[in-house]
Amino acid sequence: MGLGVLLLLGTGVILLATEITSGILAYIVGVLMAVALVGYVASIVRGTPETRRSVAPYALLKPGMLWLSIFFLAPLWALFVMSLSSKESRFDFFPSFTWEWENYQEAFTRFRPQFVRSFTYAGIATVLTILIGFPIAYVIAFRGGKYRMVLLGLVVIPFFTSYLIRTLAWTTLMNDNGPVMNTLETLRLVTVFEWLQIVDNGRLLSTPAAVIGGLTYNFLPFMILPIYVSLEKIDTRLVDAAMDLYSSASGAFRKVVLPLAIPGIFAGSLLVFIPASGDFVNAQFLGGPNTTMIGNSIQDQYLKQLNYPVASAMSFVLMIIITVGVLVYSKFMGTEELA
Amino acid sequence: MSAPMSRFSRVGRWGINSVAVLGFVYLFAPILVIILFSFNDPAGKFNIRWTGFTLDNWADPFAEKQLTDALWVSLRIAFISTIISTVLGSLMAVALSRYKFKGQGGVNLFLVLPLTSPEVVIGASLATLFLNRGVDFGYATVIIAHVMFQISFVALTVRARIRGFDWGLEQAAMDLGASPIRAFWKITFPLILPGVLAASLLSFALSIDDFIITFFNAGSLVTFPLQIFGASRVTIPPQINVLATMILFISVGIMVLGAVFGNLRRKRQGETL
Repeated sequence: MGLGVLLLLGTGVILLATEITSGILAYIVGVLMAVALVGYVASIVRGTPETRRSVAPYALLKPGMLWLSIFFLAPLWALFVMSLSSKESRFDFFPSFTWEWENYQEAFTRFRPQFVRSFTYAGIATVLTILIGFPIAYVIAFRGGKYRMVLLGLVVIPFFTSYLIRTLAWTTLMNDNGPVMNTLETLRLVTVFEWLQIVDNGRLLSTPAAVIGGLTYNFLPFMILPIYVSLEKIDTRLVDAAMDLYSSASGAFRKVVLPLAIPGIFAGSLLVFIPASGDFVNAQFLGGPNTTMIGNSIQDQYLKQLNYPVASAMSFVLMIIITVGVLVYSKFMGTEELA
Repeated sequence: MSAPMSRFSRVGRWGINSVAVLGFVYLFAPILVIILFSFNDPAGKFNIRWTGFTLDNWADPFAEKQLTDALWVSLRIAFISTIISTVLGSLMAVALSRYKFKGQGGVNLFLVLPLTSPEVVIGASLATLFLNRGVDFGYATVIIAHVMFQISFVALTVRARIRGFDWGLEQAAMDLGASPIRAFWKITFPLILPGVLAASLLSFALSIDDFIITFFNAGSLVTFPLQIFGASRVTIPPQINVLATMILFISVGIMVLGAVFGNLRRKRQGETL
């Protein structure tokens, strides 16, 4: 706890020294430092270990909880209020609260294709990450031996390069003269891929497949790591037991390994589906005008059209659909555990 | 470990192995492209087609001034936001793993919420708060946003690392006459330090790479990802690849060093115990 106070003080000094604060941040850090300091002093000075024990957890939690309340919960409320606001006259710069339910109607009707596309793309990408990620996690967990940590490192390493640069690299791979298209042409597979609707008019970029591929790639580690964690815990003697009792190999896999991997698959699905459905980078770089996702529309309405109310309504709808989806999915998968 | 699994049928094993190998190829294909194209000598403004080998880009990695400035902005933001979030998040982790108190489940849920909300929603909602309050967008708003999502990561990472930690040791030190502060510095701090360091590295990386939330809250401030996004329609200079490759190798270096030191430490502790 002494460390906390010290570092908070240090942070305050750094902030003031670098002169990059516009007042508000220094103010907030100041308040949080004071809160932490008061809580800390209270928790040691006030006599007995018992009272210390009862005060300390709240003192430790307070600064972080305050930060999350002010900058996570309060903004969500502000977003909700904004989603029911409208400009009362054309000359108002800023919308005011008017119970404008039409914003939601507009969000639903005008942007329905983007909503549908987002959830379809994110859903397909989630399934693909399971199909690709599970074998990788499986091989690392059961065949990795002493190289397990190295292999896990290899899974993470690609993600030390910037998200945007990684996605841009896919344009190099998938453009009309890029290695992927060239390979397809030499193997005379272009027509097959056109029939599968992966390639469109001899192009791979700007297709839904390209966007889904990008999403799958970018969120793959979020599937591999949780599945690995759940597979690693499996006692392999259970598999032996199943086989000793005359289960077939695939039977043992289905009845023993898979059920024990479900928590990992569940956690991975959330970690992939949620960011994928709100993403707009992949659609921007790899997609075209017919592959825009809801993230693109929210970003466009909010930052370019400055249509804050409708953008807010869209964000809220996205959030609610995801929350309901997560609840249904957790019922379906039979797990309540999130983290 | 691998022995029981080898009882699975040979075909199944082959299948799963080859999917895993292909999976690794998939993971690394763009990374190889990034590294390779840092040596490209692009004909036009877009470094997306191979035209010829050159070392010029590496001779002058900071040639693109806007890109370099943006990287510098990102590093400053990451540095400050990491310090704040590491402190706040670690304190929360200690509270959660050390004490039993009312509302613990609620706090746990509250910590997970920011991670299960789409980034566009978080970005748009924070921007709305700032717009409502008339806050100027810039360093402060970006740092605030980054700290917000980093806190959860730090708290959950540190909590996972110090689970099962024996808090009785601190009490023992105090029973033997150490002041609470001394007990903290001598006992608790060294024990939670590895977890805290790991969490701070993670949150530093998250901050440098964050695009979507930053996009909503940066105003006219340009971070490294924002610069790449903004410029990508006009020009993709090879320096992007050079800087990305440098960042990659530095991060891998840190990771390898961390692993090596972790191993040494464990060995040393194993000998003394």
